[in-house]
Amino acid sequence: MADTARDPPPDRTDFHEVEDGEDLFPEPSAETPESQPASLSAVDISTNANGPKQDSFFDDDNEDLFAEATEEVSLDSPERDVLLSDGPSPAITPITPPTSVITPRIGHTHDDMFTHSSFDEIEEEESGDSFDIHISVSDPEKIGDGMNAYMAYKVTTKTSMSLFKQRDFAVKRRFSDFLGLHSKLASKYLHIGYIVPPAPEKSIVGMTKVKVGKEDQSSNEFVEKRRSALERYLMRTVKHPILLKDPDVLQFLESTELPRAVNTQALSSAGILRMVNKAADAVNKMTIKMNESDAWFEEKQQHFENLDLQLKKLHASVESLVCHRKELSVNTAQFAKSAAMLGNSEDHTALSRALSQLAEVEEKIDQLHQDQANADLYLFSELLGDYVRLIGAVKGVFDHRMKTWQKWQDSQMLLQKKREAEAKLQFTNKPDKLQQAKDEIKELEGKVQQGERDFEQISKTIRKEVSRFEKERVKDFKMIIVKYLESLVQTQQQLIKYWEAFLPEAKAIS
Amino acid sequence: QQEGLDDGPDFLSEEDRGPRAVNVDLEMDATLQVDISDALSERDKVKFTVHTKSTLPNFKQNEFSVVRQHEEFIWLHDSFVENEDYAGYIIPPAPPRPDFDASREKLQKLGEGEGSMTKEEFTKMKQELEAEYLAIFKKTVAMHEVFLCRVAAHPILRKDLNFHVFLEYNQDLSVRGKNKKEKLEDFFKNVVKSADGVLVAGVKDVDDFFEHEKTFLLEYHNRVKDASAKCDRMIRSHKNASDDMNRIASSLYTLGTQDSTDLFFFLKLTVSILVFVLKKIEARVAADEDLKLADLLKYYLRESQAAKDLLYRRSRGLVDYENANKALDKARAKNRDVLQAETNQQLCCHKFEKISESAKQELIDFKTRRVAAFRKNLVELAELELKHAKGNLQLLQSCVGVLKGNT
Repeated sequence: MADTARDPPPDRTDFHEVEDGEDLFPEPSAETPESQPASLSAVDISTNANGPKQDSFFDDDNEDLFAEATEEVSLDSPERDVLLSDGPSPAITPITPPTSVITPRIGHTHDDMFTHSSFDEIEEEESGDSFDIHISVSDPEKIGDGMNAYMAYKVTTKTSMSLFKQRDFAVKRRFSDFLGLHSKLASKYLHIGYIVPPAPEKSIVGMTKVKVGKEDQSSNEFVEKRRSALERYLMRTVKHPILLKDPDVLQFLESTELPRAVNTQALSSAGILRMVNKAADAVNKMTIKMNESDAWFEEKQQHFENLDLQLKKLHASVESLVCHRKELSVNTAQFAKSAAMLGNSEDHTALSRALSQLAEVEEKIDQLHQDQANADLYLFSELLGDYVRLIGAVKGVFDHRMKTWQKWQDSQMLLQKKREAEAKLQFTNKPDKLQQAKDEIKELEGKVQQGERDFEQISKTIRKEVSRFEKERVKDFKMIIVKYLESLVQTQQQLIKYWEAFLPEAKAIS
Repeated sequence: QQEGLDDGPDFLSEEDRGPRAVNVDLEMDATLQVDISDALSERDKVKFTVHTKSTLPNFKQNEFSVVRQHEEFIWLHDSFVENEDYAGYIIPPAPPRPDFDASREKLQKLGEGEGSMTKEEFTKMKQELEAEYLAIFKKTVAMHEVFLCRVAAHPILRKDLNFHVFLEYNQDLSVRGKNKKEKLEDFFKNVVKSADGVLVAGVKDVDDFFEHEKTFLLEYHNRVKDASAKCDRMIRSHKNASDDMNRIASSLYTLGTQDSTDLFFFLKLTVSILVFVLKKIEARVAADEDLKLADLLKYYLRESQAAKDLLYRRSRGLVDYENANKALDKARAKNRDVLQAETNQQLCCHKFEKISESAKQELIDFKTRRVAAFRKNLVELAELELKHAKGNLQLLQSCVGVLKGNT
């Protein structure tokens, strides 16, 4: 049952304009009471409000989220434990008022060069603290032995945000904990349109090597790859203004003990069930024929389909390049040795020396490529892999929108049928049946309204999410490309040094 | 021959090397200048236009051209090898057969796969393959030219009658390629020769110079072979990596052009810059190394083999001479066929001494040539690498500046 005070006004555009112009942040001394005109209700940051009594918390605008879920939640309140559910239940705000009032501050979080939509500006400003959090995943440590062994990672958070109890803290987590976190977030947010960053992939082969205790380069590389991927996963998750405030995320980062996430094993029965469900979903998706009235969505879906293809192609090429670079490195080293041998057998002293020098130069160049260019190429490849998976999440969100639409349509059709049945009943002399029909119709009308609201909500959310996603994507890629170019600059500078040193040796041959 | 490379105004573009960049440092001689002025690649053969400028009285004109094919070069080379008078000289190694098979196959595959790729991709790949084809073509022309120039520069070989016919006779020499039987004969001859070579190599030479040369050449030849093989492998890896680079560049290009809104303007800029950088910088290094080091090593692999062949012939001559001496002693002891044995011994002696005399000079010249060629190529390699690295650095720094300035 929805709290009517929180219904968004029918005309959305007005609403936006209102938000733009308003002073959104009351001073601490002037905390706005709950009774606000409906048009401003969503902007209200009431610190004394009772939790909204609606069943689905996220029916309301996101601004409520900032207001309610976070500032109100005293991090020590026992009610918080209510939120820490394992299942797909939505987060429920507590009823008791917090012991301290957290003053929201206007902070500008991103140094974006792009114009943001009005929504995003509000989002950033309402989030209170400026976005200042850094998470690092480090110190992989093997715990246990044999097939039950696992890797424990240290997750360190450094932040000045008031969201957290401390400024600098660390916990130990294992891979299944990360998967568990993602699973919770996905079940809470995906179906209403939030792009939840996917967790790093499981790897049975990789993990088995580690478990078995194989201490070689490939298993070290695997651990490093995973560590880096986990770090990127967490950073991406907390960069999302809504996910950052999710209690599961907070608990993941802060609490020393975490309940073991179940059903995350690769080959568990739950895992297989999930796969079956995914397949069923895929079939369903094919049968949903949605009348897309919004061109934006049609265009965006096409855009993401194309992006998906292109990124996969690019990813494959970059991985191939990383492989060939490794090969090149090996072959260059071999050639260097061979050139040195040739230099040794050459009986003209100056030429012999020059050839040995050439061998050295080649070796140094090889080392150079290994250290610099290859490393950045590797990062690029990893980023592409992340984005391929992210796009998968984006597509999933679009699918959820379709399902939501379907649900709405289904209720509407059902309502229609009931109405027809009721009309027929009018002519019969069955008053109880008629009343029953009228009741059912009332209920269905409510459902239809809800369905429509859900659909509009998820559409709105997706628009925002997509905009945020695209900005992040541009930032990420730009950063990594600039980094790569900078490393190329360094490479060229080094190359110049090496060849400049070699040239006089070559000229000295007479 | 020109000694240096042509430097184009755009220092980043591939210099037009033409068929004149060679791995040997030969002296210009006005009395006989040979070059390949033109070449035509037909379906399964290459036609070289051999251009001669000469003041020698042997030729009817002072300047003339003929058209020759690869088989005719081989015929000329073989005629030198088989000529006993030239036993004491390093015979310039024969040019390798023009091999466009791989390139042609790739072009054909491209043609077949035309439907499966975008027009842009197709044009780009076609351009690349054509460039590859052109590079192979230029190289084969250079190899053939070097052979002729070496012959023309050699004081004795340049006077060879077959050579003059090759240069002047403006009709087809009617030299057919070897048939199966002849190829088989050649194969067996080589087997015998290498077996013999092993035997003969075991004979210790009295002359220190030749003994040293023998040991040196054997080791050197093997090491050049190894270095050449490893260099080829390195270059192949480099080529694979640069192919990947090109594929990445085209993917990025497609990605960049898809995003058409203002939001992505700077991403597009970044991506375009990256594409440009990848193609210009990362993909071209293989070409430099290929031209310089690999060709140099391959050439000296062949030359050191020719030098080894000379030593073999000399050792063979020495063994024959020693055998003739022994036969003479035996004949004298038995007092039978003494005259025959004497003539034979004198023949062998004369042959051996003739070879020894010229061989010494040839081997010294070989060393001089080799050292000069390595020097030239190593210096040029270093200068080229420096030039490109400096140019790349400038380019990259301005790119980074543009991108960072816009953040």
